[in-house]
Amino acid sequence: MTTVATGLATRDLLGIRDLSAPEIELILQTAFAMKEIGTRPIKKVPTLRGRTIVNLFFENSTRTRMSFELAEKRLSADTLGMTTAGSSVSKGETLLDTARTLEAMSPDMIVIRHGSSGAPHQLARICRASIVNAGDGTNEHPTQALLDAFTMLEHKGRLAGLKVAIVGDLLHSRVFRSNVLLLTKMGAEVRACAPPTLVPPGLRAMGLHVTSSLDEAVSGADVVMMLRLQLERMQGLFLPSMREYFTLFGLTPRVLERAASDVIVMHPGPMNRGVEIDSEVADGPWSVILDQVANGVAVRMAVLYLLAGGEGEGGDK
Amino acid sequence: MPVVMDGVRMARSLTRIAHEIVERNRGVEDLALIGIRARGVPLAERLAAEIEQIAGVRVPTGALDITLYRDDLRRPAVGPQPVLRRTDVPFSIDDRLILLVDDVLYTGRTIRAAFDALIDFGRPRAIQLVALIDRGHRELPIRADYVGRNIPTSRQQSVQVRLQEIDGRDEVEVEG
Repeated sequence: MTTVATGLATRDLLGIRDLSAPEIELILQTAFAMKEIGTRPIKKVPTLRGRTIVNLFFENSTRTRMSFELAEKRLSADTLGMTTAGSSVSKGETLLDTARTLEAMSPDMIVIRHGSSGAPHQLARICRASIVNAGDGTNEHPTQALLDAFTMLEHKGRLAGLKVAIVGDLLHSRVFRSNVLLLTKMGAEVRACAPPTLVPPGLRAMGLHVTSSLDEAVSGADVVMMLRLQLERMQGLFLPSMREYFTLFGLTPRVLERAASDVIVMHPGPMNRGVEIDSEVADGPWSVILDQVANGVAVRMAVLYLLAGGEGEGGDK
Repeated sequence: MPVVMDGVRMARSLTRIAHEIVERNRGVEDLALIGIRARGVPLAERLAAEIEQIAGVRVPTGALDITLYRDDLRRPAVGPQPVLRRTDVPFSIDDRLILLVDDVLYTGRTIRAAFDALIDFGRPRAIQLVALIDRGHRELPIRADYVGRNIPTSRQQSVQVRLQEIDGRDEVEVEG
């Protein structure tokens, strides 16, 4: 068993990049305890009573926003939500001015999703509140990677040595980046699979197995993680057609026959059925996609709790 | 520093407490033992085994982690943040007599937190408190119904309970 940290070294969660393996282990163990709360008749504990958490979502999100809100409410925090529409942002306010305005209301934590990579980092420099990155541009989505790891751990009992195939739009995916950082830190073997136009540079240097053959990536895999084609981030011609993409990279029961017999299939959502994943797979016995959603709440509770309590030595705030 | 209770005395204390529990409640009907993590949990298991010897019935046991109910999360930490463990109460506590088990009773704040945690699971008929050691210095109006041993201490001292299941041996030591 790996070593476990006694607390988080920082007051912000900006990316998996900043976490050590013992810190990741601590978050996952804490999430395991948090999950039980969701099974109680009263699904709420008083831990963050009197704390204010602002949810700043500059990009569309359903499951991440609801998952954070539910996690905050289960810990008894007071939550405020802000989405771009109907706020001063639509009147042209800059991110920094929005942040300064919020800061004046002294929240304890700010959960932010933003279309620009690095937006949470910018916020962390000027705010006293703890910042939690809920997805920034094409950079990172740390809580998604943590909930994916938690789900793998729950089903496989370990992360070290797991063969994980990640398939799809790697170029635009912050989920992919955070997952690669986490899985390699925890000793899993990552295979990256995408059409050559959607492979970011430098993956082989990170020790990943990169291929454009779905059969090769899935062969013997313990986990197959499908990523959504992010059509909204594609400015240009990356693919000949959706139909061709599905033929070459869509996950079907036939392809899955090459994987380990107890393979699990994951997807961070939202799914494009018939584009990257066949409905028979998404709804099939391999799928743990709904477990991922349920585990998201527990993992986010763990992150909020650890950030709220830890006066980490490395914290310079 | 002095060992104030060794393994033999600890075993005797637990046997006596088990007898007291059965006597006072006129049997073990609707009884359940819930240990407070960490060392209350093995103590609850041992008491359940003792009670089974006496009454011939195995009462259900559970484990409670009170970390999320503490009143000191906001205060500057004196040590590392306590690691959160899983609460495991695999039965309904409604209308049961709950015996809450902890190793050391001190300020009473842990027990206050445990009450809050327990009430979130349902409405027990009554709660009784078992403490292996009562070291005094209460800050809340809480007392134990069953005590292994009262040990007078100063606030500067610390009381270490060690159990076979966690620490490899049974003893209670006063340090400082």
